[in-house]
Amino acid sequence: MEISAAQANEAPAETTTLAWQKTELARHPQRPHPMDFIANLFTDRSEIHGDRAFGDDAAVTCLMARFHGEEVLVIANLKGRTTKEKVQRNFGMPNPEGYRKALRTMKIAEKFGRPIFTFIDLAGANAGLGAEERGQAEAIAHNLREMSRLRVPTIATITGEGGSGGALAIAVTDRVFILENAAYSVISPEACASIMWRDASKRALAAEALRTTADDVYRLGCVDAIVPEPEGGAHTQPALAAEMLGKILRQSLSDLQQLSIEELIAQRQKKFRNMAQFYTS
Amino acid sequence: MSWFKRSENEIMANGEKSVRTEGLWIKCEGCRQVVWKAELEANLNVCPKCGRHFRLSARERIDSLLESGYDLVDLELRSTDPLEFSDLKSYKARLQKARQDTGLNDAIINALGELGPHSVVLSVMEYAFIGGSMGCVVGETIARAVDRSLTTRHPLIIVAASGGARMMEGVTSLMQLAKIATGLAQLDDAKVPYISVLTDPTTGGVTASFAMLGDLNVAEPGALIGFAGPRVIEQTLRQKLPEGFQRSEFLLEHGMLDAVVPRKELREYLIRALDFMQR
Ligand SMILES: [Zn+2]
Repeated sequence: MEISAAQANEAPAETTTLAWQKTELARHPQRPHPMDFIANLFTDRSEIHGDRAFGDDAAVTCLMARFHGEEVLVIANLKGRTTKEKVQRNFGMPNPEGYRKALRTMKIAEKFGRPIFTFIDLAGANAGLGAEERGQAEAIAHNLREMSRLRVPTIATITGEGGSGGALAIAVTDRVFILENAAYSVISPEACASIMWRDASKRALAAEALRTTADDVYRLGCVDAIVPEPEGGAHTQPALAAEMLGKILRQSLSDLQQLSIEELIAQRQKKFRNMAQFYTS
Repeated sequence: MSWFKRSENEIMANGEKSVRTEGLWIKCEGCRQVVWKAELEANLNVCPKCGRHFRLSARERIDSLLESGYDLVDLELRSTDPLEFSDLKSYKARLQKARQDTGLNDAIINALGELGPHSVVLSVMEYAFIGGSMGCVVGETIARAVDRSLTTRHPLIIVAASGGARMMEGVTSLMQLAKIATGLAQLDDAKVPYISVLTDPTTGGVTASFAMLGDLNVAEPGALIGFAGPRVIEQTLRQKLPEGFQRSEFLLEHGMLDAVVPRKELREYLIRALDFMQR
């Protein structure tokens, strides 16, 4: 599934674009899920369940774990591989209780001074009756605010799809990384196409217009760095992909640990305050 | 996640909800009765017969809350179209039209003034400007309102009216959620009051950030408030949504709002709340 700009340009505009081919790579059925990266990078994992209010969201996992021997918290969304598992995990789309569980465990990590890693590959937060009744918007909003002032180092990695607020809700972190073939977007190309072109089949055009690729998102200053993948994409060599990510995470954690907590929070807040300032006055 | 799911016509609509103007008379879609337009306007755009709340422009909202003599600030910011976004029409053309239609540079106005005895920073969204959607200018303007509150310690009030993040600014619009939430964490740390007022409609990334982060979150009656839009949920579930779903009263019942306050009582309510919060 290798793609190049030249190939993309040869294809008719209505059917594909480079951005759309990247979207397909980010959604590749064999692409490693967050849990595949985690299994390669963290040892001694022990899951923490439940939001203490409503339920235990199967689309989100929170783990006490060790990273090169150091105690850390790991949070990820789970998508499932088999149809049965996909349904059980709601295709990786968290409900409010998933975001609340994540925040609850982040507060535990904060209390005991443990760094936090999050891994993201989701189309978005769940849109449904129950999610609305239980305050999906409030759950996401609350995470955004609280993550911005957590008193421990925090690192997010978008490994596949970074689907809008549902992804951001666990990505207000000191460092935000994105894999080379992953995407980060405010809306899916399909939804954008059906609104703006009134035709969901214009998804390739929409993907291009939305600038969702890792390169674009980095260029727009909305992530801190791009994590390279093995030739052909992470799915061709999952273990190598995890190793490449692991090196960056280890370096990044070590860098963040050089800072005092006050410096860390000030830097994080300044980063988000000054992000995406595309205006003239 | 689809946060911007209006049809193009609705995006560009002029912010009027269910109001059909036939000269001096208007047919209210709430009660189907004919209402004298001047009477509606004198009543803060609330139907005098059934109490249905029609939209207010940002300027009308500010006038309804602040003493005269307030200052409008931060109005000069303009989007630079970071994605050079174009669908059937260019985003630049949409911006230009919205500027002409509203006389504003974007979907937000910041005002500094007096709310009864309280000096406040008031930030009001303008739904008539591309559905009140939040791009970099709206995000920066609200962030500046937060900054002003932090510096002066004057309470912050944000009146939301928005379909969510502005799709045409892509991921840069998404980052505005984080930007504002980060500012609000600092305001919270500083114990400066922040009251969020949710009006019709407040959905998507606006609800999922500052609109739900007030010390108090209050809504006008009958406002559509939610994360996903009702049409998206209907499509996903393939079923009709219950009557009143995602309306203010529904959210109040589910514990998501501190109060539903009729427009006529809003000013008084805010003063009361600030009395409680301010020493
Ligand atoms: Zn009426």
